Amino acid sequence: MSYIKCRNLVLGYEGMVVAENISFEVNKGDYLCIVGENGAGKSTLMKTLLGLTPPMGGVFECSDGLNAHEIGYLPQQTFVQRDFPASVWEIVLSGTLSSCGRRPFFGKAQKELAEKNMRRMDIWDLRKECYRKLSGGQQQRVLLARALCASSVLLVLDEPVTGLDPKVTVEFYQLIKRLNNEGLTIIMVSHDVQAAIEYASHILHIEKERSFIGTVQEYMESEFWRELATKLEMRY
Amino acid sequence: MIEEIRFYISYPFVRYALIVGTLIALCSSLLGVSLVLKRFSYIGDGLSHVAFGALAVASVFNLTNNTLVVMPVTIAAAILLLRTGQNTKLYGDSAIAMVSVGALAVGYLVMNLFSTSANASGDVCSTLFGSTSILTLTRAEVALCIVMSVIVVVLFVLLYNRIFAVTFDENFARATGVKAQLYNTLIAVITAIIIVLAMNLVGSLLVSALVVFPALSAMRVIKSFKGVVIYSAVISVCCSLVGITLSILFSTPVGSTIVAANIVVFIGNCIAGRKR
Repeated sequence: MSYIKCRNLVLGYEGMVVAENISFEVNKGDYLCIVGENGAGKSTLMKTLLGLTPPMGGVFECSDGLNAHEIGYLPQQTFVQRDFPASVWEIVLSGTLSSCGRRPFFGKAQKELAEKNMRRMDIWDLRKECYRKLSGGQQQRVLLARALCASSVLLVLDEPVTGLDPKVTVEFYQLIKRLNNEGLTIIMVSHDVQAAIEYASHILHIEKERSFIGTVQEYMESEFWRELATKLEMRY
Repeated sequence: MIEEIRFYISYPFVRYALIVGTLIALCSSLLGVSLVLKRFSYIGDGLSHVAFGALAVASVFNLTNNTLVVMPVTIAAAILLLRTGQNTKLYGDSAIAMVSVGALAVGYLVMNLFSTSANASGDVCSTLFGSTSILTLTRAEVALCIVMSVIVVVLFVLLYNRIFAVTFDENFARATGVKAQLYNTLIAVITAIIIVLAMNLVGSLLVSALVVFPALSAMRVIKSFKGVVIYSAVISVCCSLVGITLSILFSTPVGSTIVAANIVVFIGNCIAGRKR
């Protein structure tokens, strides 16, 4: 059962092509990591998956029971404005907005969903706290709870560990893996290739003109990995 | 002093001024929170200058109801400014600076060249800094203000959750199917309406003070969005009432007295916020 199908996708914005020839599928229960150099089009691909930027060519389909907008999105850490007044409860609850339909206010179902996901992320006790007073790891769990409110099937994460310290980073990866084991499909954009091959089930490696899609096993036998490994060795 | 206030309140024009002042303060503060947090404060400022230019042109043509001209022009400018503000290629901030200063200059020029009144610079001054026009409101103007304010408050309450979502994280909101562009446009249009209404109260140069000060004051001490919205509405209404009353008692200019009250509250909240 495939949630997302892309064939010969051409990515770009404002008339400029960033990457092309991207074809891949995401199936239920997959843990897909999207890796690639800076500027290779990772964030643009992400925006296309979220429906924020239309693709410049190729086919992009959401299918098999995945409604449009039924995607839980975890943005990069840096986006939040420093002086934004918002409590944890307000932020998590805002994730349930898509299930409100045309109703203007949150109902009992939305509040229960928010509480469930906050308990799941172990932030229920923080619900009255101000978001910007929290530590990086706590903030990330708040946004994760919000994403889980928006979708119970597919999570899209954009460089989720940027700015987290090493210990919190490992905890965060384990948390994502746990969600994946519980049946959630994960798509993560990451520059952390080491963690990608450790936790993910599939890798999508994109470059300007070519791309690789396959399981982690296949990726480590491919020329993409060999080139990358040589580069990494050279750095150390 | 209480006697004196009671004496003035018995006049309908004072009551009108208090009603209109309260409503405008309420509306501008509700919207102000979103505008400040979305970094849209500049739109308020630019729009007030556009409204000034439109008002100048309208008064030269001796139209019976200026608002009918000023309102559509300002709304159109709001939508235009929002579009260019989001288009990074066009250098949003300089486009806004250009439009707002341009409108200001043209407005002043038109008023000087074609003015029918003997005291052109006096007219300009009262349009810019507010005048006694709040005390000369007609029944129809008060009615218009009440209707517009009710519309703004009802829209804000109904769309509150979506406005929060779009303000906090526009990309997330769009990904979950919220029509962010629609809400941005709506916010800009409502801002334009409030600015045109508020020009009667404080004049076009001081309008943005009414939009940004209550929100910034509330943000010093309150840490949740709902709290900030409610507290800034309270601050704004109180400052407006106190400002109007003081200006009547001591015959000071209405607009600058209200803004001065807002500045005092802002400083007070800064100190209170520091202590925590």
